[in-house]
Amino acid sequence: MPKNNSTRKEMLAVEIVIGKIMRIGVLFSAAVMILGFAMFLITGHSGYPNTSFPTTLPAIWHGLISFKAYAYMMAGIYLLILTPVLRVVISIYAFYQEKDMLYVKITSLVLLILIISVIVGHH
Amino acid sequence: MLHTALLMLGVGIFAGIMGSILGIGGGMIVTPIVTLAMGLDIKYAIGASIIAVIATSSGSTIAFLKDDVLNLRVAMFLEIATTIGAIIGALLTGAFEPMILYILFGSLLVFSSWNMYRKMRSGQEVLQQVHADKWAEKFNLNSSYYDKNTKQQVDYQVENVPGGFLIMLGAGLASGMLGIGSGAFKVMAMDGAMKMPLKPSSATSNLMMGVTAAASATVYFFNGSIRPDLAVPLALGILGGSTIGTRIMQILPSKIIRLIFIPILLYLGLQMILKGFGVTI
Repeated sequence: MPKNNSTRKEMLAVEIVIGKIMRIGVLFSAAVMILGFAMFLITGHSGYPNTSFPTTLPAIWHGLISFKAYAYMMAGIYLLILTPVLRVVISIYAFYQEKDMLYVKITSLVLLILIISVIVGHH
Repeated sequence: MLHTALLMLGVGIFAGIMGSILGIGGGMIVTPIVTLAMGLDIKYAIGASIIAVIATSSGSTIAFLKDDVLNLRVAMFLEIATTIGAIIGALLTGAFEPMILYILFGSLLVFSSWNMYRKMRSGQEVLQQVHADKWAEKFNLNSSYYDKNTKQQVDYQVENVPGGFLIMLGAGLASGMLGIGSGAFKVMAMDGAMKMPLKPSSATSNLMMGVTAAASATVYFFNGSIRPDLAVPLALGILGGSTIGTRIMQILPSKIIRLIFIPILLYLGLQMILKGFGVTI
């Protein structure tokens, strides 16, 4: 079936693009985590009093520019949390490149629901 | 400090291997370690588990995309159901007696364990019908994957798309209301209801898990449930473990993966039913 064949090739192209970007995202977050973890093990200090750690983005940012271990570790975790979202965003673009409008819509809908769920989750 | 880090790293490697083979999150491995072995608050166990799910998902997705095992369209299509289910679930928290839900979802898992057993005995892995399913055609869900065990490109069809969609809606609802992972339900919807082969089912489940978990993970991240000293070595271990697990999964015969699944689904199901009756194991 010619239709199936083109779908097949299209799918492979989409998967390769998403796979490459996912790899960059995961490796980057792992690198930030390893950096923070190494600072923590070498210096023996988390950079924060007692067992506390930064949980807001501004606090993490301040920690990053003053080279605090826990700030790098939290930043790495946050980047890791973003990788599945990144995957959805890239998928929209990849399906669009392959002119698969049905799945551009489906994937955009998933992203929209995801954003709503984050907003619902924060309240 | 180093002791904790090494323990979490080791747990991570194990959870990453198992999670990427089965397509279910590492919560059931991570939670008892954090609460029982380390004696920490359940909130840190939940925070660590959710990071475990995302690390397993993203770590294994890279390999499964490259090796052409997962079904991206099925994932996207069913993600509509899980994400909607999760929102409704979060909004409905408290509207239902959790007891009934635990017993209901627990029973479903016990049933799917039985279903796994039947499918393993029959040995029929791939659905090939003369007439393709109407919904599957419409949404382009039929696909193929490369099986490194049999060294063949396997074409497969899916059926009962509405059934799979409904199960996923229920799975999302369950994870939203009860805060439980839904990896086992995802495999149940694809492998059980939609008759997808097991390997693309668990690979696709792995992909979907990350998206569902990401939404709740941001909440846990900002409320301080995710401790960096636990989550970082755990996540690094899992990322390493999942690269091993994705390789093992692809060369294992589907029958063996089913064999691992049967007791795990039975255990998860019975655990939930007991929880419904107020017994925690």
